[in-house]
Amino acid sequence: MKKMISTTLATLTLVAALASCGNNANTSGAKESETGSSDAKTSDVSTSSATDVFKVGAIGPLTGPAAAYGISVKQGAQIAIDEINAAGGVTVGDKTYSFEMIFEDDEATEDKAIQAYNTVMDKGINVLMGAVTSGSSIAIADLTKADGIMQLTPSASAENAIKNDNAFRICFSDPEQGVAMADYMIDTLGKTKVAVIYNNADEYSTGLGQAFEEEVAAKGGTVVTSEAFATGDMDFSSQLTKIKGTDAEIIYIPAYYQDATYITKQAKEMGITLPFIGSDGWDGVLGTVTDTTTVEGAIFSAPFSASVEDDHVKTFVDAYKKAYSDAVPDQFAADGYDSIYTFKAAMEKASSIESADLIAAMTEITVNGLTGDNITFDASGAAKKEVRYVKITDGAYAYA
Amino acid sequence: MDIFSSLAEQLINGLRTGSIYALIALGYTMVYGIAKMINFAHGDIIMVGAYLLFLLGVGKLGLPTPVVILLAIILCAVLGMLIEKIAYKPLRNAPPLAVLITAIGVSYFLQNFVLISMGATPIPFASMIKVPSLTLGTITVSGITLATLVVTFVCMAGLIFFVQRTKTGAAMRAVSEDRGAAELMGINVNKTISLTFAIGSGLAAVAGLLFISQYESLQPTLGALPGIKAFVAAVLGGIGSIPGAIAGGIILGIIESLTKAYISTQLSDAISFSVLVLVLLIRPAGIMGKMKNEKV
Repeated sequence: MKKMISTTLATLTLVAALASCGNNANTSGAKESETGSSDAKTSDVSTSSATDVFKVGAIGPLTGPAAAYGISVKQGAQIAIDEINAAGGVTVGDKTYSFEMIFEDDEATEDKAIQAYNTVMDKGINVLMGAVTSGSSIAIADLTKADGIMQLTPSASAENAIKNDNAFRICFSDPEQGVAMADYMIDTLGKTKVAVIYNNADEYSTGLGQAFEEEVAAKGGTVVTSEAFATGDMDFSSQLTKIKGTDAEIIYIPAYYQDATYITKQAKEMGITLPFIGSDGWDGVLGTVTDTTTVEGAIFSAPFSASVEDDHVKTFVDAYKKAYSDAVPDQFAADGYDSIYTFKAAMEKASSIESADLIAAMTEITVNGLTGDNITFDASGAAKKEVRYVKITDGAYAYA
Repeated sequence: MDIFSSLAEQLINGLRTGSIYALIALGYTMVYGIAKMINFAHGDIIMVGAYLLFLLGVGKLGLPTPVVILLAIILCAVLGMLIEKIAYKPLRNAPPLAVLITAIGVSYFLQNFVLISMGATPIPFASMIKVPSLTLGTITVSGITLATLVVTFVCMAGLIFFVQRTKTGAAMRAVSEDRGAAELMGINVNKTISLTFAIGSGLAAVAGLLFISQYESLQPTLGALPGIKAFVAAVLGGIGSIPGAIAGGIILGIIESLTKAYISTQLSDAISFSVLVLVLLIRPAGIMGKMKNEKV
């Protein structure tokens, strides 16, 4: 009897472990793969005139601590796809293509990203949108290069994420963003003494932090202290106590919203009243703080805010709210949306759906997107657009 | 802010983290002392405790705070006893490796169970402890820090009293000394071991309460890191020794805080674990552990 109970427990443990893996992979894939395979059949038989399917593979976190990013990208991209398909699809030569997205969860981890990439490739995708996070994008960069597939990341901002010539990105690179924030802090906010808290185990955070510090020094400001933490750290009291002992006028946190949540909350408890500035990873922070006053007045660089007065933005926000039970789209949703329209522009320019032709067309297109008015791409794969800032005012995001 | 108040704040930070480690380390050390096994699922009990606090309170049932806390402690104690009954008791005479692997299995089971039932996305959970912060000159001590220090002190004092002064406590000490002899003296060993798991898990629930009030974010892996750190604290203090676990936890917390403050935030973990290696080289049984000659 005893043996039986322990065997049952062991089996349960195993099942739980397996189920959790399977679960993540299936949440997005299962339904889409069915429709995917039937569509693949039709596209094989049909020769012309009928609508063919252009498959966009996508990789990003749908579960785990960075899930908010992946979910937003997926939903934003879906809005763009629905718009394009409703308008009759994309005409390339004598064929019309409708978009279809195959999204796989990578939990923002490198190993899962590679699995997810193999899964979407097996489903016969035309182009890859992803990965959503930098680490995952770098992990799959050489695989997409070897497969010769066009890779467009909506939001992976690490420099290395687009090191290969088949890779492009919608969002700003880490150094660009860090430099812009340093300029904004000194020129617009008029602060010169800054303390930095960054994640030294994360490429995104260190990339931003370094570029920011170099630019501050170049502009005659002072980084009074630069404090590190590691992924998963929850306690920042030592770093904050150290900052409290300096004459810093402002604190820069180039990190993700969960870290920002811990840091701002603990800073408030310790009686630190210095203003915070951050990076676009902060987008979503209002969903994780238990008290919005801890982040009130914080400013972070972000290319999109749903609350801005603009017809294009308003149409998108309305469609998004309608589709996802009143959720307000964030920057990642806008990045996903712009990614799909970038594919569309490249297809039209290249008159082809082959990755090689799309890649060649990328430097010639202009996309009027949500994250920038006339987005162009240079040969390095980076998007050219102006930097915008979001300030948390009265517990809501607004352009600074 | 001058250098002394900065040092004082860093010491308080260290004391706070350290006392949470100590509270968790007590669970490891008691179970080791009595059942001679390392219960690696202990860190996950903290996590289950934190989720229970959320579900019983604001998350689902909305019970009043004192009831929530009491219920969470009781449920965790019952869970600890259940785990012992189902997973460890059948292996009481098995080789230590089998028990260790089972413990890791239980840990995975708890994490994945919560992952499936609650999802992996962190849940914001506002602190249940509402104590105003205290300002002494230039030093600010947050309310949660004060609460943590008081609660851990009370728990430790209570536990030491229980183990040293009560009959059941004496039974626990006897079982830890020599299980066979204790059984011959009429002590119910099974009951004593069950009770040890219950107390250890109850303390883990308290640690969960303090931990979640500090960090305000629920995720299925939240018990892993404090669990490992507390295990290190227990070994540092001398596993099996209750005062050792308390000392080990507080020392580890203070070392961590001071390294972060005065040496390097990048190297803090490396340095605190080097201290552990050094201590174990000099005193293999830990700071307060008893040196025993292995009988062959």
